[in-house]
Amino acid sequence: MNTKKKTMTGADIFFESLRKEGVEKIFGYPGGATIKLYEKLYDVKFLEHILTRHEQGATHAADGYARVSGKVGVVLVTSGPGATNTVTGIANAYMDSVPLVIFTGQVPSHLIGNDAFQEADIVGITRPITKHNFLVRDVKDLASTIKKAFYIAATGRPGPVLVDLPKDVIAAECEFEYPETVEIRGYKPTLKGHSNQIKKAAEVIRNAKRPLLYVGGGVIMANASKELTEFAKKNNIPVTNTLLGLGSFPGTDPQFLGMLGMHGTYYANQAVSNCDVLIAVGARFDDRVTGNTKTFAKEAYKIHIDIDPTAIDKNVAIDLPIVGNAKEILTELLKELSDKPREEAWFKQIEDWKDACPLEYKRPDNELRTQFVIEKISEKTKGEAIIISDVGQHQMWIAQYYKFNNPRSHVSSGGLGTMGFSIPAAVGVAFAIKDRPIVSISGDGGFQMNMQELITAAYHKLPIKFFIMNNCFLGMVRQWQELFHEEKYSFTDLCDSNPIFTKIGTALGIESFSTYNPDEVEELLDKVFAINDRPVLVEFKVAKEDLVFPMVPSGGSISDMIHKRINPKGKK
Amino acid sequence: MKHTISVLVENTFGAFDRVATMFSAKGFNIHSISIGETEQKDISRMTIVTSGDKQLIDQIVKQLNRLIDTIKVSELTGQARTERELALITVSFHKGGIEEIKNINDIFRGKIVDINNKTMMLEVTGPPEKIDAIINVLMPFGIIEMARSGTVALKRGEQIRPKNEYVNKK
Repeated sequence: MNTKKKTMTGADIFFESLRKEGVEKIFGYPGGATIKLYEKLYDVKFLEHILTRHEQGATHAADGYARVSGKVGVVLVTSGPGATNTVTGIANAYMDSVPLVIFTGQVPSHLIGNDAFQEADIVGITRPITKHNFLVRDVKDLASTIKKAFYIAATGRPGPVLVDLPKDVIAAECEFEYPETVEIRGYKPTLKGHSNQIKKAAEVIRNAKRPLLYVGGGVIMANASKELTEFAKKNNIPVTNTLLGLGSFPGTDPQFLGMLGMHGTYYANQAVSNCDVLIAVGARFDDRVTGNTKTFAKEAYKIHIDIDPTAIDKNVAIDLPIVGNAKEILTELLKELSDKPREEAWFKQIEDWKDACPLEYKRPDNELRTQFVIEKISEKTKGEAIIISDVGQHQMWIAQYYKFNNPRSHVSSGGLGTMGFSIPAAVGVAFAIKDRPIVSISGDGGFQMNMQELITAAYHKLPIKFFIMNNCFLGMVRQWQELFHEEKYSFTDLCDSNPIFTKIGTALGIESFSTYNPDEVEELLDKVFAINDRPVLVEFKVAKEDLVFPMVPSGGSISDMIHKRINPKGKK
Repeated sequence: MKHTISVLVENTFGAFDRVATMFSAKGFNIHSISIGETEQKDISRMTIVTSGDKQLIDQIVKQLNRLIDTIKVSELTGQARTERELALITVSFHKGGIEEIKNINDIFRGKIVDINNKTMMLEVTGPPEKIDAIINVLMPFGIIEMARSGTVALKRGEQIRPKNEYVNKK
């Protein structure tokens, strides 16, 4: 046995543990409680620390990094305000099941509870928005806690884990030994699906006349896109995606129905409402997907494949649950079923729905439209770019008009709907991906919520295209105001208060362009996509009062969609 | 309908808080919650009495299981179990009735644990319904103060019928 173990400080143990976990990037911001860690970091060579301009930015950056790389995103911030600034980012990652480990500094142990300078009970604050969290009270527990944190974050249904590090624990010393394995008796995620359930599911699907796959972000998280695509193709089952599921199945495939739900396609929603077997994979029957749960897929026998048992039966009653990892279950399902013939009548029906109500917007128009710009980006990048959306109308149009062909290519704040997500998330993406175009698309509202991270992008010369779809409005709220709230445009008009976006870009050292002319778009895209060694910013001045259609009014049945303005009042 | 759920949790900082936070975050009801050590020092047992339909109770059990600090979750409703609650009840008797309260106390097999010239304190143990009943009966005398422990519960051992000659021969 090795009897002589090295005595190390908490700070040394911290970085040694990160090295053992294979951490390469860490997004952070220094402060008083973490100063010892940063002192040590000065000499650390094995990882790159990225200084963001705000702790929320650091958390979203780690989130974007994790989503595209499949690795755990790591954040390091100080106590008090440093820690509380991460809260939105943590909640965002929690809702979308993104693996993060957030390290927060804490005041020295003896001052905890004293209202000390820069003290916040971050473990208490983040309890409902983390998968788990820890306060390290003894340096002897530090290494094993870090091991557990990474294990919990990355396994099962992934999620953020926070580790709170009091200043004295970082300074204390003990012998270092990094545990090889981790054993948590209360945490044993089910990975392998129940074989009888899988056999039964195969039987039900084999006999289905109108089967449909409803696929969410869980498939991407489980790296199961290949298996999913194979299962759908070999068995001739059409596929619809949730917002976070986009990219799990090729967007250009004829079996693909686009997104379902509130701003999904008419044909996807009709298919859900009329299918006889619905196979949900890594999706959670979110209210934006289901609309009225009483009428959601009313006709269908529902099979639900998910790693999280709490997702089963939570919103919609399930006939056949299979709990486990999507990749393993789909692999097993493929062994049971891989030659289901094409149900011609069902595909004909879907084609008819597609013909009746395709996705469309008014094209011959002098005004620039977000849909048009996104279609052009999709064509230009051949569906191979990584698109980081913000939240609102443009987010829905990206989901509708960008043809994602690969998993881990669409980065979007789905569950929490965090405006200001795109810019910092794109920064994180650019630290993970070097060989594909990276496009951050925001509205004019969301752009202003975290635009300080443009500085991070400019400093690191990250080749990100920062696109602003400027309609001078908080467009999605405006849309609801127009359709459902008596056209009272309360505090959604930004026309008089927006800054000059190109000047902001220029001031930060980012080459910036602006256009309102549809005829200029292609040329401008050619120009900016040729720039690959630094960020660029483009403001697209788009139609002010455009609406996202089709739409299911909140709480309505997804079979009843609105396709045009219900209250025209002389508007187009 | 009321349901009793028994949860073994890590006896660590915050485990109780995690369960309580989860209940409030998800909007689940808590009628009572009690926690204490078990025969193993590093494990605590929580007994939670909640209510809801089957789907809700299933969801509560799953959400409890999902917490990292929970080791085992058992739904006791519908199983052979023993449920007990303890109550301390201070009753005034200045309007007379000391004998009557003593009688009631005897019926409920309670103990008189404190007395002065105006009030006395009763200690009663039993299933929660029994505690409800004595409170109800004592109410007219004037309950000054009261503390209930919340329910603790354990599953009962299986009754194994002994292999008896007589039984076999009818």
